[in-house]
Amino acid sequence: MNNKISGRAYVLGDNIDTDQIIPAEHLVYSTSDEEELKNYGRFALTGVPPLQAGLPEGRKPFVKEGDFTSEYSVIIGGSNFGCGSSREHAPLALNVAGVKAVVAESYARIFYRNSVDGGFLVPFETPKKLNEVIKTGDEVEIDLGANTITNLSDSKTYSLNSLGSVYDIVMAGGIFSYARKTGMLAK
Amino acid sequence: MGMTITEKILAKSAGKSRLTPGENVWLNVDVLMTHDVCGPPTIEIWKKEFGQEAKIWDKDKLVIFPDHYIFTANVHANRNVEMLRTFAKEQNLKNYYDPGTERYKGVCHIALAEEGFNVPGTVLFGTDSHTCTSGAFGMFSTGVGNTDAAFIMGTGKIWEKVPESIKFTFNGKMPDYLTAKDLILQILGDIGTDGATYCAMEFDGEAIESLSMYERMTLTNMAIETGAISGIIAFDQVTEKFLEGKVKGNYEVFKSDSDAKYLKTFTYDVSKLRPVVAAPHSPDKRALASEVKGTKVTKCYIGSCTGGKITDFRFAARVLHGNKVKVPTFIVPGSTAVAKMLEEETFEGSTLKEIFQSAGCNIAPPSCAACLGGPIDTFGRSVDGDVVVSTTNRNFPGRMGSKNAGVYLASPLTVAATAVNGSLADPAEYM
Repeated sequence: MNNKISGRAYVLGDNIDTDQIIPAEHLVYSTSDEEELKNYGRFALTGVPPLQAGLPEGRKPFVKEGDFTSEYSVIIGGSNFGCGSSREHAPLALNVAGVKAVVAESYARIFYRNSVDGGFLVPFETPKKLNEVIKTGDEVEIDLGANTITNLSDSKTYSLNSLGSVYDIVMAGGIFSYARKTGMLAK
Repeated sequence: MGMTITEKILAKSAGKSRLTPGENVWLNVDVLMTHDVCGPPTIEIWKKEFGQEAKIWDKDKLVIFPDHYIFTANVHANRNVEMLRTFAKEQNLKNYYDPGTERYKGVCHIALAEEGFNVPGTVLFGTDSHTCTSGAFGMFSTGVGNTDAAFIMGTGKIWEKVPESIKFTFNGKMPDYLTAKDLILQILGDIGTDGATYCAMEFDGEAIESLSMYERMTLTNMAIETGAISGIIAFDQVTEKFLEGKVKGNYEVFKSDSDAKYLKTFTYDVSKLRPVVAAPHSPDKRALASEVKGTKVTKCYIGSCTGGKITDFRFAARVLHGNKVKVPTFIVPGSTAVAKMLEEETFEGSTLKEIFQSAGCNIAPPSCAACLGGPIDTFGRSVDGDVVVSTTNRNFPGRMGSKNAGVYLASPLTVAATAVNGSLADPAEYM
């Protein structure tokens, strides 16, 4: 895990549930077959109502028609990000689409765990709502050492909550590599 | 300082004498449950991480109920069930319930209870967010993703942050127009979809004690909709009776201490509560049924782990008996046992199934069906701008299929009254 994550931001509202992240009808594709796996990227965030897709303007598809990856690699959400089902396909779909981190005010437990334990992306919590100050398309940079996110478009920096007790799992890249590193599982 | 029932169960599982909310502990898992949507990717991760020759930590503790996409022509969905079938054979799993055979059970959370996997005092994890349903049996149960499930499959262990508890006490006697679904929708309207994030919800009080196990499961089922890790109701005589003949051997029963610490407590008098719905598109958009009555509806749906239990169909039959539905109404029993009971149980001289058929309802075999939309050919799936009144647990945009549809979550009484009325109705007027 690098100490910096940068890319273009894709901004969403509050309560982005797992049906919006990856609609249930797409949960049939193999997660190990490389060609089939691409479908998770293709359909990532296709359940978001058009007016809420890519704030503040909306109507900005996360993945362009016919593509399998997104031009955006950092999601900026609001409160209760990832609520709903336990489907690990949700952080997986964002990962396949090219997302490295989600920055949100708060998360639903299972989405948070799945992101960390599966090593799909880093879920950062923020003390303040950033989905009202960062716009879709802004270039942002996250500094894991300093726990900050900087909007390179206007040079404003905001603090992120410390990853706390999951920091070691995030840095190891997931629960399995963490368990091997700490000797809980044989290497 | 005393401990809550949840802290006691987790302490036992972690091999500790006491635990404090906020601390991370490794738990020993009693049962791991999975299904056709999350089972195949879980097995793939497990094989990748533990090797092709890997052994399940305890194969009698792994339970697989295919239930989500069962009656569909979707080739990928059918391939997933076939993968589970092959895996169960290869691992010689006794707790695999194959679709198309007499062993098929239907929706996992109901089947867990009916097949005796819900044991008081134990810890159950499942690859489904509604795994919290099992908490109705005085146990800790919660949902996890595929990676965590694969970790459990190989080790029997998982890390968890000990949750704080929030207590919900329901006093008074349940009026005949009120169901457990109204109670949980009432709570959701009060605290919102993140009102209990990472907390354990504990339910008690005279009204809770009066509820059957199936009704209690409606409460704990929707704990996840408030963001909770789990929902729990302490073991009592009702639990004991339900478990007779299902759970063999002894189990340990836990209760919260009188001086246990709660993050918050809420108290309700059920005699003052009225039937409520959750309006589109969030389970916390509460409205009184009487406030939204008359709203145009295009489909009624009674089914799922939340609203497809025998008690839900008893409620519905009371209203549908001798009436005709005015909008297409879809009935999906939660399990094969429930489907059988619909053919056996009678109300006013007719079986429940006959009542639904005479009323003009469409009845499907047990599965998750349209609760989560599913493949295009799923029974009862919403299309276009459908307005659905449903006994299910979620009404997020697109949840039941069409992105343009709206879903009202309601009790089986409210759904049945709506079906008879043709537009949204208050069941209190139909009692």
